[in-house]
Amino acid sequence: MNAHQSIERYNVGERATHAVAALTYVYLLITGLAFWTPALFWLSTLAGGGYLARLGHPWVGLVFALALARMHTAWRHDMHTTYEDRAWRRAIGAYARNDDAAVPPVGRFNYGQKMLYWLMAGGGVLLLLSGLVMWNVASIPTDWHALRAGATLVHSIAALATIGGFIVHIYMGVAVVPGGLHAIIHGRVSEEWARQHHALWLARLRTPRS
Amino acid sequence: MSLELRRVSASSAPATAVRLLPIVSKLVDTSTCIGCKACEVACQEWNDLPPEPTTQNGTYQTLGGLTANFWNLIRFNEHDEKGALHWLMRKDQCMHCADPGCLAACPAPGAIVQYVNGIVDFQQDQCIGCGYCITGCPFDVPKFNRETNRVHKCTLCVDRVSVGLQPACVKACPTGCLQFGTKDHMLEVAEQRVAQLKANGFPEAAVYDPPGVGGTGVVTVLAFGDRPELYGLPRDPEIPLMVRLWKGPLKVLGNLAMVGGIVAAAAHFVRFGRKHEGDHEPRGPHDREPSGTRTER
Repeated sequence: MNAHQSIERYNVGERATHAVAALTYVYLLITGLAFWTPALFWLSTLAGGGYLARLGHPWVGLVFALALARMHTAWRHDMHTTYEDRAWRRAIGAYARNDDAAVPPVGRFNYGQKMLYWLMAGGGVLLLLSGLVMWNVASIPTDWHALRAGATLVHSIAALATIGGFIVHIYMGVAVVPGGLHAIIHGRVSEEWARQHHALWLARLRTPRS
Repeated sequence: MSLELRRVSASSAPATAVRLLPIVSKLVDTSTCIGCKACEVACQEWNDLPPEPTTQNGTYQTLGGLTANFWNLIRFNEHDEKGALHWLMRKDQCMHCADPGCLAACPAPGAIVQYVNGIVDFQQDQCIGCGYCITGCPFDVPKFNRETNRVHKCTLCVDRVSVGLQPACVKACPTGCLQFGTKDHMLEVAEQRVAQLKANGFPEAAVYDPPGVGGTGVVTVLAFGDRPELYGLPRDPEIPLMVRLWKGPLKVLGNLAMVGGIVAAAAHFVRFGRKHEGDHEPRGPHDREPSGTRTER
């Protein structure tokens, strides 16, 4: 362990859950995009062909939903919008321009991360419910035509919303924020990193619990 | 199969048909159906479909509905009109829509095709078993086989038609209720029959060839043509609006949004790049380490 990285940001359970969610999401993204448009049907080859992709998508979706549920139990207390988040939100332009000196300090997660979290949580619920309908479409009574078609539409819209969040999330974590990817994989960050990105969280860690 | 393809599911390329053939059609004159079920037997026999256990629902109808192994069901409906009981029989099967909702919804390239003569056919070897066709069909025809995880329906005996034979059900029909030919010819015969019915006490007789799906390859003569619901037929079938939204504008907007998101991320990286690492000198009031103990919890 790098002595320099003295602070545990994500414990092993959080990292494992995130890894399961990440891997299953990528599988769902690849197979889902294959079903979404003919131009991307070739993606199903990566999942063993269209038949296997169709077979695996709902089961892997259930695993993703379980990972989301576990994330929710672990992180929901950290995901409420706080007073400091409102200040951060007003400075979001400066944050996007990498003018971090003008960005107010935040706690364990910044407002953007929290929005991504709630987008994935809400999208996940919609995807699960609509996906269950689509999975069992042959068992849905004839008279409930609207439910069949509605579930398909909801599934697409919810998936697109999460894809938007996913693009931003991957871009931020991998390309923009140094150490972000390292932190979610290895779990530890330096004090310097914590002060730069999550100063209020660091302060709380340093404050004895009252 | 020598027939060319007019439409192919989930294909980004245009269909290939250049040698145009007449659209074929099956005529179902419900007013001359006697409910003998010869067509059901002929369908099972010709297509070598495994026997489907029948159910007793208190009617003469063979099954409650179509199944993956039963593609042609005569539905028996009783209708009381001005004190007279009418026994309405209707042939439930794939309607072979000119604008098929199943094909529009299908995500698997080539799993649903429309031959140049208008027959809509499932290619089970290309089918991935997603069931989108079930959602897209306004007639609730495609049926899922839980053993093969594929979807099945009437082929309009494309194997017979493509070599100049009529469908097995038509061959077996003893009353002339079922006829087969070009769509133009079948519509002519249907209109003649409608005129006869109108002259014989059925003023509402009509041809059922719903325009919402571009017309159907199964043309039905209904004595009570103003009320297709009596026969279990939808009044104005069309591809479900939500399916059209999903496969139309939403797909275009969604693809643009996904590409736009990736382009925006790339543009941001070129313009602003990576956040600075470890050169975080205090430069403003926000940068002092906070002294308060306000937490998020």
